[in-house]
Formats: sequence, C-alpha cells, structure tokens
Amino acid sequence: MDNAFGQPQTVVVLGGTSDLARAVVRRLASARADTVVLAGRDPEALARAAEEARDFGATATPLVTFDATDVADAGRAVADCFAAAGGEVDLVIVAVGRLGHQGADEDDPVAAGEGALVNFAWPVAALAGVRARLVAQGHGRILVMSSVAAIRVRPSAYLYGGAKAGLDRLCGGLADSLAGTGVSLVLLRPGFVRTKMTAGEPEPPLTTGVEPVAEAVVRGLATGQSVIWSPPILRPAMLVLRHLPAGLWRRVMDR
Amino acid sequence: MRLTGWGRTAPATSEVVRVSSEAQLAELLSAPLAPRGLGRSYGDAAQLAGGRVGDLTGLGGISEVDADGLVTAGAGVSLDALVRATLPAGWFLPVTPGTRQVTLGGALAADVHGKNHHRDGTLGAHVTRLRLVSPTGVHELTPADGERFWVHLGAMGLTGVLTEVTLRLLRVTSDRVLVDTERFSDLDGVMAAMVEGDHRYRYSVAWVDCAARGGRGRAVLTRGDHAEGADLGSASLEPPRPALLAVPVTAPPGLLSGATVAAFNELWFRRAPRHRVGEVQRLGTFFHPLDGLRDWNRLYGPRGFVQYQFAVPDAAAETVRVAVARLAVSRVPSFLAVLKRFGPADPAPLSFPQPGWTLALDLPVGPPGLPALLDGLDGLVTEAGGRVYLAKDARLAPASARAMYPRLGEFARLAADFDPAHRLTSDLDRRLRLREG
Repeated sequence: MDNAFGQPQTVVVLGGTSDLARAVVRRLASARADTVVLAGRDPEALARAAEEARDFGATATPLVTFDATDVADAGRAVADCFAAAGGEVDLVIVAVGRLGHQGADEDDPVAAGEGALVNFAWPVAALAGVRARLVAQGHGRILVMSSVAAIRVRPSAYLYGGAKAGLDRLCGGLADSLAGTGVSLVLLRPGFVRTKMTAGEPEPPLTTGVEPVAEAVVRGLATGQSVIWSPPILRPAMLVLRHLPAGLWRRVMDR
Repeated sequence: MRLTGWGRTAPATSEVVRVSSEAQLAELLSAPLAPRGLGRSYGDAAQLAGGRVGDLTGLGGISEVDADGLVTAGAGVSLDALVRATLPAGWFLPVTPGTRQVTLGGALAADVHGKNHHRDGTLGAHVTRLRLVSPTGVHELTPADGERFWVHLGAMGLTGVLTEVTLRLLRVTSDRVLVDTERFSDLDGVMAAMVEGDHRYRYSVAWVDCAARGGRGRAVLTRGDHAEGADLGSASLEPPRPALLAVPVTAPPGLLSGATVAAFNELWFRRAPRHRVGEVQRLGTFFHPLDGLRDWNRLYGPRGFVQYQFAVPDAAAETVRVAVARLAVSRVPSFLAVLKRFGPADPAPLSFPQPGWTLALDLPVGPPGLPALLDGLDGLVTEAGGRVYLAKDARLAPASARAMYPRLGEFARLAADFDPAHRLTSDLDRRLRLREG
C-alpha cells in the first residue's frame, strides 16, 4: 500500500533497465518499496538493476523479459509482472522507449515503424493490461514516462517525439477515464536527460540528469501531482515554445 | 466512495456499506471487510482501497446504568452520545481519549488511553463484556476468557467486528474538574515534575512546544481530578455542548507554516499561568478541547497531516528529549505536542501503552525531510524497546511494526481462531501485514 507520504511498497517497472527508471527505483527502494518487479529486454542488464534495487532496500526483485517490438506479447509480459509481484501492485512504471537515430531511421520504413512500436504501440498495449488489473484491485498508480519532446515535436527528433506525443495524449485521456476507480495515472515530462539512451546527442538548453528527475518523480508521487515536469521551468517554457510560429520554432530548436 | 483517516492522507476508494445488524455483518464477512466507525484513526486503519468498508455507526443503543455503573451500548455509539446519556445521572467515562467523536467499538479496537493511564489503564481495562461478530460466528467474551478476550482490544478491527460492549463507568458528582496548571521553561523540568507528582493526580497531561529554546522545549503541565459537587456548592451534571465552530473549508497549503505555528504556540504558552491551583474547568474543556472546533483537520490543508505517537520505557526518557530536539532542528512545524506518562500495560497483544513516556506530535505532510525524520525516530523508538501507536500511524514500515510489536505472532495465531480466512482487513493491515505474525 502507499503510505501517507505516497511511498509505494510493491512496484512493477516495464523498462526496468532504463537509467531513469533505475534512479527512481533506487529512491523508492530506500523508502518503502520491498517488492520491485523489473521487466526488460536484456536479462543481464535486468539482473544488474535487480542487484542495485536490493542494495537500496528491496527484498524481492523478480525479473520478467519481453521484446518491446512484439506488441502481441505485451499482455503476457504484464501478466507475468503482476504474477511475480505476488499480490496487489501499488505503482507501475512504464519506462519503455528508445530514441533511435533519426538520420538513418527516417529513410528506413522498418526502423521508423519499429520506433513507433517501442515508443507508442507496445506501451499502449501494456497499459491496457495494467489498467484492467489495477482497476480490478481498486487502487494503484501508473507512472508513464512521456517527454517534453511530446509537447511540440522537434524536426530533428520527430520520430521519437511524435510517438511520445501520441503516448502523452493517450495517457491524458486514460488518466481522465480513471476518475472514480481509485486508480490514477501520472505523466512524467522530463526535458532532455543525460542517460545511456541520449549519450552522444547534442544537449539542448535545460538538459538535466537522472537524479533531479528521479527526485521530481518521488516528490510528485508524494504530492499527488498528475503531471510532473522536470525541471519545473519546462512547463512555462513549453507554454511559450509550443505557440511559437513555425519558422521561429525551427530556428530556436534546431540551430 | 473516497475515504481517508483523520489525517486526510492516503485516500482509498471503497464501497461503504452501512451495517445495521449482526446478521448483515455475518453475511458481509464472506468477503474482505474493513470496519469503520467515525473515522478518527489518523491513518489507514478504517479503509480498504478497492474493497468494502462496513460503516458501524448504525449499531446504536444505550442501556440504563446499573447501580455498579455498568452500562451496555452498541459498538457504533459515540463516546459523546454515551456521555450525554449517562452524565446527568452522575456517571462518566472511566477513560476518555482526546475526543468524544469516536465510536465505542473504534475506541476499543484501538484500546484507547486517556490522561489517567498512569493509574486507570486503557478503556479496555474497564470492559466487563464484549460481543463481536467474526467469520466463525457471534462471540460473547469477558475478561475471564483471558487471551480470547484481550486479543480484540487494540486489534484495530482485525479479529472481528465489535457489536456491543458492557463497561463500568466512573461515579462523578459534578461536571467540573479541578485543575492545577504549571508552566515549565524546558522539557527536563516538566518531565521531572511528572515523575515526582503524577501519582497524586487522577489526570495528567503536558503540552510541549517542541520548537522552543533550540530544541529544549517548554511545556504547560495540567493535572487534576473530578470536582466534588458538594465542594463546588453546585451539583450541575450538564453534558458538554456540541461544537459551535467549524472549519468550513480545507485550508490553503502552507497555512500551518513554521511562522504561524510558532505564533500560535507562543500565544498558548503566554496564556497559561505560571502556576495556578484548583481552577474549576468544564469536563469538555479539560478532556476534549479540540472537540470545540469541528473539522479542525482541514486546517492542515489539502495534503493533510500525520500524527506520530510513540511510547518508550522510563529508562529511555532520553528518546523523548532527542525526538523533540530533532524535530526542532528539522524545522518541520509542529503544533503543541502531547506528553504523558503511562502505567502498566494491559494483557492485549497489540495494545499500545507500556509503562513510561508517550509523546504525540502532529506534523503537516509536505516538508521533504519529514519521511526520513520519522524513519529515524522509528529506529530510536525501536532501540529503546518502544513502539508507535497503530491508531495514529500512516507511514510505518512492516519491519518496524514487527520490531515494535513483538507479540504480533501471538496476535496472528489468536486472530486466526476468530477469522481463519483473513476476511477482516484494512489498508493498515495490508501495509504492515499485521495478520502475517
């Protein structure tokens, strides 16, 4: 159960090897999270993430593997995660995603389509399974990693940003649909975060690290925010940026 | 329906069923159920997210008081209603918590104590018979049943649902209390005075301003006993009046900041006399000052508050000082803390009081350092052989509960006799896994 400070005890992480998810798990495990189910593609990376979660206080860290390009398998992956949790789940973190290489991917129909599967279709399929289970248990929260890139899609990252935009909007509607069920959905909209996913990419203004974002997540879970911006300045900044004329927007974002 | 405890944290969406009979209860217990009275537990004891909550306030009925002071009442009767019904005939609660707005069943499920624990024990110690419905049937129990009676007191509703209670009231000849008040400029002073003199009074409580004097605290000690009608020259036995004032809306976040709390505490301290003997106070003023302001929990704003109440043995008086000092350093705003002495524990396996000290702190949710501060205090309290009060708790870790309540295993075994399939539960139970022993 979540306690008075919004600290969960049982957590499922889809995309458990992501740097950001791991930073969040470290904080949750050092508070009250004793059962952390980690799901991802690479068993070795999952094992390392599990060991880290235990170092920070988790006592049970079952692992589930899945391939985020296999949308038909998402339901099975979610079912396995809930079974592994061994009881009711307080928080599901959806941290599945990949940045890709737009320069190469935009000319490659297979790669472009796969990016949309990983960043949009698979998370949507997984959310269907998560939603049904949490609504049935009558409580729980879903944290979905969206991105500031979803608010206005940048020319240099439209494949990633566009898929995230779809996920972000869908989750907005899903969150509203959950009113009265005891279940809620929290959208995380971080700015550009320095992680292994973004290594080598040029850093835009307001680039941040995983620790400040993880801190914002834990604070947001404690205060019951429905949308978490990190850094917080992005919220007013995007309000302005999303309404810039297209020419000016291109000049600002992709000099 | 969205439910929370009095602290207004950790909301649960539950189906609330109003219970009006034992037969209906027996039916409800074919599925998980969390019993709820007036919702004055601070945390998650009377809610079940995604499940069913039984509202027991409909189990009413108060008998005549017999010549020995024995009264039988429905478990859904509030202490307020019981006082209204019995005070005019010269009877009062043998033990009363800080509010009358709790049900009798809830009070016993928490095994509440009052300002007289050092001499009269908990409310449970004055119960001569209880009736409860559990999945194994209807049970009538008296103290002669030993552990099968005591297991239900302090059980937080996890062994069965109390439906009717017989308890022995206290004979009084007036509706007034004679109160001695003393002011102390630090915590050591008030603690010494309580150790030295509490045995001379039926009731004793100290209010501590934790933020004062760099963490050394300051305090107002009030002690007293019922006034004799003959001495007062008036034998008025008028029950306390209902609250005239209410907090109409939830306060904006941050109303209770360090500055406003410090100002309030300052006013309150200055208002108290340095030393005054034999002041005549009304029962309500002395026992239930906060009942005069309905919905006062709304003052803490939308995020609510937690109450941290712990008990430690006499040998660990230092823990009280350290807790007050840490709180002062943390700059988490704290309204007056309540300090009391406890007498011997009763035989109930999950009862909170144990001989020594108890300190209760009201703390707004919000300051980022608060969760870790309280986790740190859990460590100190556990090390000292103490515990925190489950009726107040909303944030303890399961392992801490295990360390603080070493009789949980015994509790789980006895509870299984009354509820083998673990139907009786709550968010508190699920969070702390109390029935796993």
